[in-house]
Amino acid sequence: MILVVLPAHLRTLAQVNGDVQLEIHGHATQRAVLDALESLYPMLRGTIRDQVTLERRPFLRFFACEEDLSFASPDAPLPDAAASGKEPFFIIGAIAGG
Amino acid sequence: MSGVRVLVGTRKGGFVLSADGKRERWEVSGPHFAGWEIYHMKGSPADPNRLYASQSTGWFGQLIQRSDDGGKSWEPVGNKFAYDGVPGTHKWYDGTPHPWEFKRVWHMEPSLTDPDTVYAGVEDAALFRSTDGAKTWHELPGLREHGTGSSWQPGAGGLCLHTIILDPQHPGRMYIAISAAGAFRTDDGAKTWKPINHGLHSQHIPDPDAEVGHCVHHIAMHGARPEVLYMQKHWDVMRSDNAGDSWQEVSGNLPTDFGFAIDVHAHEPETIYVVPIKSDSEHFPPDGKLRVYRSRTGGNEWEALTKGLPQRDCYVNVLRDAMAMDALDSCGVYFGTTGGQVYASPDAGENWAPIVRDLPAVLSVEVQTLP
Repeated sequence: MILVVLPAHLRTLAQVNGDVQLEIHGHATQRAVLDALESLYPMLRGTIRDQVTLERRPFLRFFACEEDLSFASPDAPLPDAAASGKEPFFIIGAIAGG
Repeated sequence: MSGVRVLVGTRKGGFVLSADGKRERWEVSGPHFAGWEIYHMKGSPADPNRLYASQSTGWFGQLIQRSDDGGKSWEPVGNKFAYDGVPGTHKWYDGTPHPWEFKRVWHMEPSLTDPDTVYAGVEDAALFRSTDGAKTWHELPGLREHGTGSSWQPGAGGLCLHTIILDPQHPGRMYIAISAAGAFRTDDGAKTWKPINHGLHSQHIPDPDAEVGHCVHHIAMHGARPEVLYMQKHWDVMRSDNAGDSWQEVSGNLPTDFGFAIDVHAHEPETIYVVPIKSDSEHFPPDGKLRVYRSRTGGNEWEALTKGLPQRDCYVNVLRDAMAMDALDSCGVYFGTTGGQVYASPDAGENWAPIVRDLPAVLSVEVQTLP
């Protein structure tokens, strides 16, 4: 089980109140997490990664275990603590404002 | 009694304003999609309960929302906008080639006859269509590929296809406008297109009379006379009497011929409305006075409509899709401002009052006349 923390706008869009729990079959990678997330919540397709290129949207970052995983390969394994659900996988929107 | 529903897109959500035919007491519903930019919402002429909304942010991209109950509830539908084939390049601001990149949907135009068919005008400029209630989208590539696309250049707001007009009398005829490429027409259901910019004169391009490159801000048409088009260009208010084949200026006595919005009275095809804006660098009304100008002669002779509108210290803008008409016997005129006001006139512009004063900046206003 993997724990995913969504930005507020995406929680509203997906109609979830808190963190999202995902079951991943096979290796726990960014791609597997996002595939499972979009499968469970189809309305999120295109909001985190481009639907055509599958690249991360530029104003979003991926953090886990105090690491910035935004530029890691989508097929790289997540840190063990994130893969096991002990630590969440954060999808973070860039801070806007002054 | 019949009524009206005003669909308002703002920088931070969508609002639905409803009233009966008197248009005196209004119910305000919203914000829908709070925190998101709602560039445009529009209802189907074939089914007034079917609404479409374009929802986006720079963070999370583009969503399309659909309502089947007049805006009481909404459902996110298809948001995959993929250009047909390898899209190539257009010109960037500095004149260099720049790849076509989808950014957002500026305008949604439901079919006149089929609630499940809807067109989307997008940035970077292209036209998409859905025939399944916005679940899936397909580009109509004949526009982008008709031959001049590689020379199109963005306006300050981006290379956006912001105007889509369906001709109710000639099946297959459609008009679109792009900033800053110009106006285009198809007569065969969007398979082939031609620029219709003859007569436009724009000093900001090397050849002021070029075939494309004009910053058309908006076009309006009356369904009873679809060959007559009215245009608010970056500068100049223009008119065509031959489906866009040629244009002549009808700015006449306007205090400034810069502006964004233009629309036509619901029952009088020669009565048109604009909101003059001081200049392209200031983007607010002249002299701090918010004035709608009306011409009952199809242009050239204009009168200021001011009763109920602020006549001092007003420095808002009225954007291109932020004016609309209802079709009640006494035609209602509506417009929204970047200051968050939505003004309504139930008597064709004689008297105005705000429906709401403090919304986020208004991006678009559409009106449905309900049975």
